[in-house]
This record gives sequence, C-alpha cells and structure tokens, in this order.
Amino acid sequence: MSTPTVYKDLEPDETYAFKPEDLEEDEMILNMGPQHPSTHGVLRIELKTDGEVVKDSRPHIGYLHRNFEKHAENIDYQGVIPFTDRMDYVGSMANSLSYAVAVEKLMGIELNERVQSIRVLVSELQRIASHLLAIGTYGMDIGAFTPFLHAFREREKILDLFEWLCGARLLYNYNWVGGVSHDLPEQWTDRTRVFLDEFAPVIEELDQLLSHNKIFTARTATVGIIPPELAVGYALTGPNLRGSGIKWDIRKEDPYCGYEKYEFDVPVGQGRYGPIGSCWDRYYVRVEEMRQSVRILRQALDVLPAEGDVHESVPKRVKPKAGEAYGRTEAPRGELGFYIVSDGSLVPMRVKGRSPCFVAMSIFHEIAKGEMIADMIAIIGSLDIVLGEIDR
Amino acid sequence: MSLDAAAVQQKIEEKFPGKVTSAELEVVDPFLVVDVSTIVEMCTFLRDEPELAFDMLHCHSAVDYLPPKAPEDARIELVLHLTSLKHRHWIVLKIMLPRENPKMPTLEGVWPTANWHEREAYDLFGIEFEGHSDFRRLLLPDDWPGYPLRKDWEWPDEWHGMAVKPTEKMAERAQKGEQIGVGPFD
Repeated sequence: MSTPTVYKDLEPDETYAFKPEDLEEDEMILNMGPQHPSTHGVLRIELKTDGEVVKDSRPHIGYLHRNFEKHAENIDYQGVIPFTDRMDYVGSMANSLSYAVAVEKLMGIELNERVQSIRVLVSELQRIASHLLAIGTYGMDIGAFTPFLHAFREREKILDLFEWLCGARLLYNYNWVGGVSHDLPEQWTDRTRVFLDEFAPVIEELDQLLSHNKIFTARTATVGIIPPELAVGYALTGPNLRGSGIKWDIRKEDPYCGYEKYEFDVPVGQGRYGPIGSCWDRYYVRVEEMRQSVRILRQALDVLPAEGDVHESVPKRVKPKAGEAYGRTEAPRGELGFYIVSDGSLVPMRVKGRSPCFVAMSIFHEIAKGEMIADMIAIIGSLDIVLGEIDR
Repeated sequence: MSLDAAAVQQKIEEKFPGKVTSAELEVVDPFLVVDVSTIVEMCTFLRDEPELAFDMLHCHSAVDYLPPKAPEDARIELVLHLTSLKHRHWIVLKIMLPRENPKMPTLEGVWPTANWHEREAYDLFGIEFEGHSDFRRLLLPDDWPGYPLRKDWEWPDEWHGMAVKPTEKMAERAQKGEQIGVGPFD
C-alpha cells in the first residue's frame, strides 16, 4: 500500500491578503481561480464571504507575468513589436499599433495616407473581432451558449482576412515602426466589403438573441455599478469608462492615423435597464461600438488611396534621439499607451505599457463589495479583461 | 479652456513657490519636475483647482537611470501622466527619487488608481510608498529576489530549486548542439 504524499508547507501563507484570525463569525475566505473558466485566464480572486454575499475581495495577478518591459530593454526597437502582440493576445493589431505610434511620435515620422488608412482598417477589424469575443464569452458566462457560436463564426471571418493579409491568425507583427509589414493583397478590400455587408445584419441578430433577453438583463443590469466619479478616479478607459456615461474616446480626443477624417459616434451607457454604469451598459457599449466600427470601415475603404508604398517611411535603423514620448491609441479595451524613454542608442532605455485591463482589474474590489458570488462572474466578464495584458 | 504646460507650471508656482524645480517645455511631451516634499498637496491642488481639474492619473511609470559614465546622475524618476477630461488637456509630472531607499508618500488618496500602480512600482523598482493601504507585491512572488526593472538587477541562480537561467550543465549540452530551454527542468 502506498503512503499518501504529505505536503508540509501547506499552511496559510503570506499570499493571502485576508487572515483567518481577522474573520468575523460566519465569514470565510474563498478562492476563485486561478483555474476557473469565467476568469478568462489565470486570475485568482480571494473572496471574503458571508454566506452568498461577498464582503470584500482581492484579486491576485501575475500568473502570466513575463516582464516584457525588461525584455524590451534588451532588444532593439523593432524587436519589441512581437512582445507587444503577446500582451493582449486577442487584440494584437491594436497593441503593435500603439507601440508603433509611440515610437513614431518620438522620432517624428510622418506616414503616407495609404498606410494610415490600412492601419485604421486593421484596427477597426480587430476591434470587431475583440468585441465579438468579449460579447460571445460574456453571454456564455451568464449561461447563453448560442450567441457565442454566432460571434465566433463572424470572428473567424476576420481572422481569415488577417491571415490572408499577413500570414498569422492571432499574433500578427503587422504594424511596424513607420509602416506596415505587407501591403493589402489583391481583392482584399472587396472581400472586406462583402464581410461588412454580411456582418451588419449579424449585429442585429446578436442584439435580438442576447442583449434584450430577460434573463440576461436581469443578471447584468443591476450589478457591478461603476458611478462616473469612481470610473474617472480609477482611470478606467474604453467601453468600461463609456459604460458609466462619460464620452471619452482617444480616437476623438487625441486622433492618430487620421481618425479625425472619419464620421462616427461615441456610444455611452444609457442606463436602459437599471442604473448607469452597470454590467449591461458596458456590454451594450461594445455592441454599439461594433456598429460604429462598421461605419468607420466603410469610410476607410472608400478613401483608401490606390497608390502608396507601405514601406515608404520605414526607417533603416530605428535610433531615436535621447528623449521620451507617450503614445496612445484607443485599443478595443481602452486607452493603450506606451511610455518610451530613449537614451539615443539602438535599444530603448525604458518601455512602459499602460494597460487598460490592468487598470480595469484594479477597480474590482470596489464594485464587487456587497454583491453575490454568482455576480462575480458577471462583473469580471463585463470588464472584458485579458490576463496577458494585466500581467504583461 | 485647455492649458498648455507653461500655463500649468505658472499655476503651480503661484500656489507652491519654488516647488517646480525644472521644466522642459520644448520637447515632444513637455514635463515639469516637482519637489517630492509637498507632492500630495500639489496633486490634490491639481485635481481640485477648477481651471486645472486633472481628474485622471492615466499613466504612472518609474524609470531607473544608472548611466555608467555619470554615476552622479543615478536616480529613479517617477513619471505621472495626468489628464483632465473636463478641459481636455494633459501634463507630465516627474518626481526625482534617490536610488538608495526611494520613498515617497502615496497618492492613493488623490487618485485611487494609484493603488495598483504603486504596488507595481514597488514590485519592480522597490519604491516605498508611505501610507499605502495594501502594500504588497503585485506581479511577482512575495519572496522574489530584488527588483527586476532596476538596471543593476541580476538574475538569481535558482528560485525554489528551479533553474531560472542556463546552468553550466545546460551550457555544456547546448555547446554540443542540443536545444535547451530555460525553465523548471533539467
């Protein structure tokens, strides 16, 4: 008979923020994660519960920490781009775009119209793909399986377009400093138009399937309320901030890649089924944003210049003068910024990635307080986090 | 009405004379270097003064300067990017800290988002924030040796029995042409 293995160091260790001796009667500490399907990655949340009610919570992150910022200090500027792709791995185009915008700002590189339009095309397609994933998995977290299949069917078409464009389906290395890696293939724009024509009715279909479903609204419209002041204090950005009713979009406030030329609205949370800033509002901002992205894509396809070299402004050697710059873009999950410090050599001295998911996760303990355990899943899903970006 | 960096500098100097130690206004992103002694009061002023209204701390980074040729320049800079959603202007503040025992008061009371950013800065740079409500490491394990984003940080040989950098044995095998990964094996 084999003896069972005894693990000696299984005492409650310092990684717990709550101590058993501080608990009041009926309270207990519950670990949610790191392996939990609704946490969208490896995230551990320590809950202090009283029955079904969450009294307090502390997220524990870092399970995917690779310290990309340290890697970036040891490779040249172009070499950082594949690392940025792996931050938010379901919105890679937006990450490398943000990094490229920051380095271009530091070096003062101007881009031609064609490159700018191509970048708008890919980043809006990426926004749709990322929001489809967010919406589909959010429905699945709440218990609606069908919308997930519809969303993934459409997302697949966008991934096919990207594969045709640059050979990769998820991690593209597409936006270079000063340009993009490949020009659009022949007939790519026609296929994109076909996709848009097919996709516009699907948004309405998804809307009917999920958005106004009684069970779905009941589970999401009254939980996870973020009041506007709290959202600003915690520096939320993207759909999470706009869900609280604040009109703030980097594409409008600090335009890059010629976004000022396109007509589009900035949807904000209306509080249709409950207080403003609820999980449902954040969810619905994403649905509305997909409609706006379709609008932008149609305009971008119309103004795309036929001529123009996508490698025209790509510098032979990326060697910025000593200095620093903060470049930012509106990624699918919010303001993604890169703070780059150069000491005049071929290697960046410091690259700081300002991650919207990191900031969104830091508000969690505020909005989770007083909710039920089952609502934790609705709240995490509505913040639309990607752990690769939180942990970097 | 949005203000530029020079106007913001003037506003701060009126309220806190001599606390803006220097300013770079002719660079890509103009920044002000401010004194750490009144930093909490200054940030509260920046947030609450109606004409400034910097209500969002949207980026919080630390930078370690350790130039090999000029050791007297060694310092840690804490860089705050502030935005005003109301007036649609932004400013960069820099705080200079010594590399030995860097310490400053927490800004959590001014912008709650500083909570996690300061924990990250402590985790990776070893900056101590006095008065922080939940001061623990954030990304790395609690017993990780040192602060990795410091320029003079060195890899430990092993951590809890796991090789974190190639061992001599691995190097020997690699020289024979074998492909070696780095991680909790060998």
